[in-house]
Amino acid sequence: MSHGPRIIDASQMNLPAGSLWRRLPLIGAVAAVIGIATSLVLRGNDEKQFFYSWLVAFLYFMSVGLGALFFVLIQYATKSGWGIVVRRLAENTAAALTVMVLAFIPVCLGLTRLYSWTDAAHLDAILQGKTWWLNSSRFLVFGLIYFGVWAFLAWWFRSGSVKQDETGDTDLTRRRVKWAGPGIILFALTTTLASFDWAMSLEPHWYSTIFGVYYFSGSLVGVFAFLSLVVIGLRRAGCLEGFVTTEHLHDLGKLLYAFIVFWAYIGFSQFFLIWYANIPEETEWYLERLAHGWKPVTVFLAVFHFALPFFLLMSRHVKRKSLTLGLASAWMLVMHFIDLHWLVMPSFEEKGGFGFAVLDVTTMLGVGGLFLAAFGFFLTRAKLVPAKDPRLIESITFENF
Amino acid sequence: MGLPLPMVPQLPDGKSFGLLARFKDAQAIYRACEKVRDAGYTRWDSHSPFPVHGLDKAMGLKASKLPWVVLTTGLTGATGGMLLQYWVAVHAYPLIISGKPLFSWPAFVPVTFELGVLFGALGAVFGMFAFNQLPMLFHPLFSSRSFEAATDDGFFISIESWDPEYDEARSSALLREAGAIAVEVVENR
Repeated sequence: MSHGPRIIDASQMNLPAGSLWRRLPLIGAVAAVIGIATSLVLRGNDEKQFFYSWLVAFLYFMSVGLGALFFVLIQYATKSGWGIVVRRLAENTAAALTVMVLAFIPVCLGLTRLYSWTDAAHLDAILQGKTWWLNSSRFLVFGLIYFGVWAFLAWWFRSGSVKQDETGDTDLTRRRVKWAGPGIILFALTTTLASFDWAMSLEPHWYSTIFGVYYFSGSLVGVFAFLSLVVIGLRRAGCLEGFVTTEHLHDLGKLLYAFIVFWAYIGFSQFFLIWYANIPEETEWYLERLAHGWKPVTVFLAVFHFALPFFLLMSRHVKRKSLTLGLASAWMLVMHFIDLHWLVMPSFEEKGGFGFAVLDVTTMLGVGGLFLAAFGFFLTRAKLVPAKDPRLIESITFENF
Repeated sequence: MGLPLPMVPQLPDGKSFGLLARFKDAQAIYRACEKVRDAGYTRWDSHSPFPVHGLDKAMGLKASKLPWVVLTTGLTGATGGMLLQYWVAVHAYPLIISGKPLFSWPAFVPVTFELGVLFGALGAVFGMFAFNQLPMLFHPLFSSRSFEAATDDGFFISIESWDPEYDEARSSALLREAGAIAVEVVENR
């Protein structure tokens, strides 16, 4: 309204010919092959290191995909208007979860290396009481159920959205709004249990009911940083002009900021209750992370995953500029990796403290390549924006107060 | 009235408060604001029954300073909260609780956080009051009968007579040119 009629070029909804983004599936696949091949070569030296590094990389890219799935679900559940122009990118990110089941295979193969509860001969009375949950067959079956739920949700929400690009059928939106609520419940249950299975059970004695929320909070930091970078990158490549504006960057930045705070809130809540109660079977997990060279990492995360971005991203000007938002997003993606490294690696006791291995890099390259190849595959197979979504105009003209 | 009217300077007797122009709808007032802004007026305001998106830009308003007030009061609250608990736990009433040190900062984080939020919120509300010069129980524009529509369906621009650019005839012509459906002179009471 304020600027008179705005004319937007519909071709901005497609990747320009010759753009590097069009080759993302290939680039990702090459990175995956190189990363996985070097990881397998290096695996000979230290098999346990390989599986631990792989687990971190797996949890990392799963978290980005899961965060994207949640974003799609919440967009529908709240009938959100502003986010329509970035929803397709999140749909593509979530759809990459379908391919990530491949990255789950090495985790299953390394089960006995990663999880001490697989060793039936060394279970004490407490762990014997937990075998109804902590056993390999349940772990594998539930793993497949989680992937089934996520793949179905990601596929169903994306395929309807893509179909609408052709038909413009508003019933597609209505049905997704209706099922987004149950979808969120399914998402919450599966994500929580998956984080229990894959990360929390590394320390089988230890338990924290908030652990799933902690993983979820990090996954949303990851996805909003990822989406911001993708949006900035696509705009630089000369598309989305007129669709994604400063206003949408601002909102992605606000959500990134909000979940940085949420992450700190959940992380502190978990620490706080355990610290206060001071019960040995609970404090064990934090004692590991406040000793053996892990303490500087814990402090580092508090400062650079929370305190510093909390003040730097506070200003709206920082969130509205591509450069500053892009730098902050890249920074948070690195911090998110260190967070998951910190979550998993102290259980790798033979290693004796904090330190990165070459395998940490190669597995990230391998799993990340797979993830980006899958994301790129979906990105190049549909329009960048839900072209006939009933709320598209509302999203394009959206302005922050 | 008792309460001061800080926005209105002492005007000589007989000098009017300024001009009040009514516009048809949100679009009309938006365009008119751009014209008044471009004509270089500084002492003027717009009035609408609901927030019009982007009107602050059309009026050429600068970004609010309120965020700085909120930041300051929020940080004050958080710092004060931590210091208060430190003083109570270490100096005023030292008690050893579950064998922990007197200054057990994690225990003080929730109150520090809450006081930061509380002071930030109070800073936002009362800072907003201060910037808007509220409470203000009377305003010269209230003497215009048609201005009552500002809370119903009326969109208005008022230009104050002590604006350096103000000239009753010229400013009135500008407002009509900008699409006003009615322009009136508001007396200073």
